[in-house]
Amino acid sequence: MSDTVASGLPLAAVLVPVGAAVLATLTTGRWPNLRDIWATLAGIAMVAIVVLMLADTLDGRIHETVLLELSPGIDIALRADPAGMIFGLLVSVLWVLAGIYAVGYMRGEHEQKQTRFFAAFALSIAAAAGVALAENLLTFIVFYELLSLFTYPLVTHRETETALVAGRKYLAYTLSGGLMLIGAAAWLHVLGVDATFHAGGLQDDAGLNSIAGLNGMTQWGLFVLLAGGVGVKAAVMPLHSWLPSAMVAPTPVSALLHAVAVVKAGVFGMVRVGVFVFGASLLDDMGAWLVLAVMSAATLLIASTLALRHDNLKRRLAYSTISHLSYVVLGVALIGPLALTGALLHIVGHGVTKITMFFVAGAIHVRTHKENVSELDGIGRQMPITMGSFALASLSMVGIPPFILFTSKLYLGWGAVEVGQQVFLIVYLVSGLIASGYLFPIVIRAFLRSSPDHTHYGEADIRMVAPIAVTAVLALVWGIAPDLPLSFFELASTVTADAFPQSVALAGGAP
Amino acid sequence: MEQQLPAFIVGAPLLFSVVVPILGRKWRQSAFVIAVATVAVSALASGLSLERVLREGTVRYHLGGWEPPVGIEYVIDEVSAFVSLVVTSVSLLVLVSTRRWAEREAGDRPGIFYGLVLLLLAGLTGIVITGDLFNLFVFLEIASLAAYALVFIGGRRAMLAGFRYLIIGSIGGAFYLLGVGFVYFATGTLNMIEARQLLEEAESARAVQVGAVFIFTGLGLKMALVPMHLWLPDAYEHAPSSVNSLIAPVMTKVAAYAMLRMFLSVFPPGYLSGAVPVADALLVLGLIGIVFGSVAAAGQTDIRRMLAYSSISQLAFIAVGIGLGTPLALAAALLHVVNHAAMKATLFLATASVRFRVGLQRTHNLAGLGPRMPLTMGAFAVGSVAMVGIPPTAGFFSKWYMVQAGFTAAQDQEQSVVVAAVVVAVVLLSSLLTAVYLFKVLEQVYLRPAKPEPSAHHDDEHDAPAAPQPVEQQAVRPVVERAREAPLDVWLPLVLLAAATVALGVINVIIMSNVLEPGVCRYLDAAACDAVLVPGVS
Repeated sequence: MSDTVASGLPLAAVLVPVGAAVLATLTTGRWPNLRDIWATLAGIAMVAIVVLMLADTLDGRIHETVLLELSPGIDIALRADPAGMIFGLLVSVLWVLAGIYAVGYMRGEHEQKQTRFFAAFALSIAAAAGVALAENLLTFIVFYELLSLFTYPLVTHRETETALVAGRKYLAYTLSGGLMLIGAAAWLHVLGVDATFHAGGLQDDAGLNSIAGLNGMTQWGLFVLLAGGVGVKAAVMPLHSWLPSAMVAPTPVSALLHAVAVVKAGVFGMVRVGVFVFGASLLDDMGAWLVLAVMSAATLLIASTLALRHDNLKRRLAYSTISHLSYVVLGVALIGPLALTGALLHIVGHGVTKITMFFVAGAIHVRTHKENVSELDGIGRQMPITMGSFALASLSMVGIPPFILFTSKLYLGWGAVEVGQQVFLIVYLVSGLIASGYLFPIVIRAFLRSSPDHTHYGEADIRMVAPIAVTAVLALVWGIAPDLPLSFFELASTVTADAFPQSVALAGGAP
Repeated sequence: MEQQLPAFIVGAPLLFSVVVPILGRKWRQSAFVIAVATVAVSALASGLSLERVLREGTVRYHLGGWEPPVGIEYVIDEVSAFVSLVVTSVSLLVLVSTRRWAEREAGDRPGIFYGLVLLLLAGLTGIVITGDLFNLFVFLEIASLAAYALVFIGGRRAMLAGFRYLIIGSIGGAFYLLGVGFVYFATGTLNMIEARQLLEEAESARAVQVGAVFIFTGLGLKMALVPMHLWLPDAYEHAPSSVNSLIAPVMTKVAAYAMLRMFLSVFPPGYLSGAVPVADALLVLGLIGIVFGSVAAAGQTDIRRMLAYSSISQLAFIAVGIGLGTPLALAAALLHVVNHAAMKATLFLATASVRFRVGLQRTHNLAGLGPRMPLTMGAFAVGSVAMVGIPPTAGFFSKWYMVQAGFTAAQDQEQSVVVAAVVVAVVLLSSLLTAVYLFKVLEQVYLRPAKPEPSAHHDDEHDAPAAPQPVEQQAVRPVVERAREAPLDVWLPLVLLAAATVALGVINVIIMSNVLEPGVCRYLDAAACDAVLVPGVS
């Protein structure tokens, strides 16, 4: 069992990016280099803070900051539990890389209003960290809503008509999702349920699942509000259409926020709702898992298929993201220890893989101003490191061993078999095949065809190429050794062991 | 001294409303200074009263030592002291922030202007702390008359709007007075606390029921409850900016407070939902009003008119709380009275500041203003976010508690499940609808480039000229690009108000559990009340 340690570290993890935003705003104008370095420094500081808590989390000593009473009986509190740590680690590590990349990109594209961009970016990271470490539902909602708010200026950054329309759509979808969560939280509060996240479901004073005691209608009402609320950011169809539109944002935003922070806040929220609010056994008893499973399986297949027909690289990647988010949602819905481990690993694996692909898309755009797959003939020979990384990421995305997404898909598929739902194993396999259909042609064009125009582009700025190479290598390294050095697998196993206390042996590795 | 605090809250503005015009004739600068000092005294007295009430419980103050029913009683409980503190503090910040504009708009008679402002505040604070039904009417009319006169300052179009305001306002006052008359016939008293006790016995009297309907109609007109709202948009649009930043945040809110006061401390609980379904009427009109106000606001191009419709929507939100009538709903409604006063003051003040710096009021002309007036527009953005209700700002918590109240009403079977579901859905939806019209403005301000030639630059005849600029520059550079940040004494109160919209949210538990909960529960079944306000978790 785990102990709680009162500590300022979880709060510090959230405040460091806020500090970066403030410093970036203050040092704007005269010192653009100083402004841009804050993000990287803060990213490193944030990683350090999260890593400081990591060993304790694994030992069962959970750091917790209780800030203040936000509503009678409900504190706003941050807690570095294993599930939160997975998301927190992922966001902070990738922020360092995205921070470096963003400087290269924004300078390369001569983007306007860079200070606003960097400040909003850092604030979004702070909100994502808050989502990761939220100890209870209301705290989660606070940061979930702030995440919607702070990413709005990033989506609309280009200030074109398309960007503004996308921004409106973005707000309408994400705010609606937040409102559903608020409704559910208020309902739970009125029912006298303490909405502190707990592996196995919300608990009353006697340690019993407090939602299980409610009547069936109420359970379903809560399920629709909660799953719908997080489902918006998890882009489960039919709530997905904000995501392709949001691709109008500058590429670092698409990369870190719309492949990692925002959408992963959605699927991470789904983990919270499924495992920590309802609990596996209740989800099973209600039959709610089936609704979630069918919707996510449909999303997974439809989105992969739609990705095939998009020539615009970022849109293709967006549909691929929608598809992979539903891998995670389906993993949660299958309610088995292996599937859950796979789902948590998939959050990490997809994060690091997809960010590589978006980085590459951005690098290509900065160098060549090309956005479409059909224009990429021969680009691999001109930008070998960039496109080589893309090739590695594609292998990972399709699920070729030994990349990380192979590991996570193995667990997900294994999990489907474990709970006797072989049909979803087939869904996973088919979707992997379709992924090869929309990704490999890009790689083949890039390396095997010759360039139609005879200009030589060369690699992008080192600040862009280095993060690309690092994330691509991480996708490989974490595939071989998911615990190196950040213990993602161990964290995932711990979550699984807490969520399925009776089947620790199957998940493997957990103490 | 402490015993006489209540007299200072109302007495100081009332007295100096006469003094200021006299002194202001001779020494023009004195008007503003005296007015601000008076409001500060009133705010201080409210604050000290609140502190005393929290220490000692309700204070019943008898003016001139005359006991009721002969004399007039002032009842300072947690709620009235707090609302009075908020009304006076917000007014103080607004007065300081609009000094430059008021001097321009009030022309050569600042004494009259500030005299009227003090008269308005005397009326408003009087409404808040009085414990006497007829006295409430007197203060209602004092405040209204001052407000009509202040609106008239706005020029020719304001005359028409103000005249309509006057007619409808007077009808509202008359309705209220008639209603009070009926209650007086039935009970023989005008004192609220006595009337409450007597009404519990006289429950079925037809006269009282008619009286309740009249009171409801009268105050409904004053608080611009749909469909009695028609006077409000014109009055807010054409009133001078320094006036509408003052009356929009506090005036209608105080009328809403008076309505709440009637339900809380005059008519016994449940009284208005039986034979005469006044509470149900409030609930239904409130729900309609929330949606109507927001939709209408989204269609406006004049930002003041947009904010006026927004006010209609927000007041309807308060009406929903009163209509639900549970302790939690009443507390949520009161919290929204306070929150909305701060949020609307922020939005109107920022608008006034823009109007005087660049002379623009149409939302589509504000493009590109964000970076040029960063503090003013930053405050506007914070106020907007609070209005939308993003946690942890103030606006979120009004909604949070109101949604809970909706669920509780269904759980306790005080409302049918369908009604409760509609309440919850509309309250949540109102957040989205608010986002529609406010983000429309923010989008212009921050995300669109300044237009070279603002259309309809001079929106109406009394549009103030922009800040003085070299003539040769005016010819080539668009109005917005010439805009500069407002001076310190304008933006500082505005930034403080914007900060308050966040602070009120973060500390809402302190307000709820120390002020609103005891204030509401005092008049209701206390044991049941505590359990409802903090359900389940202890």
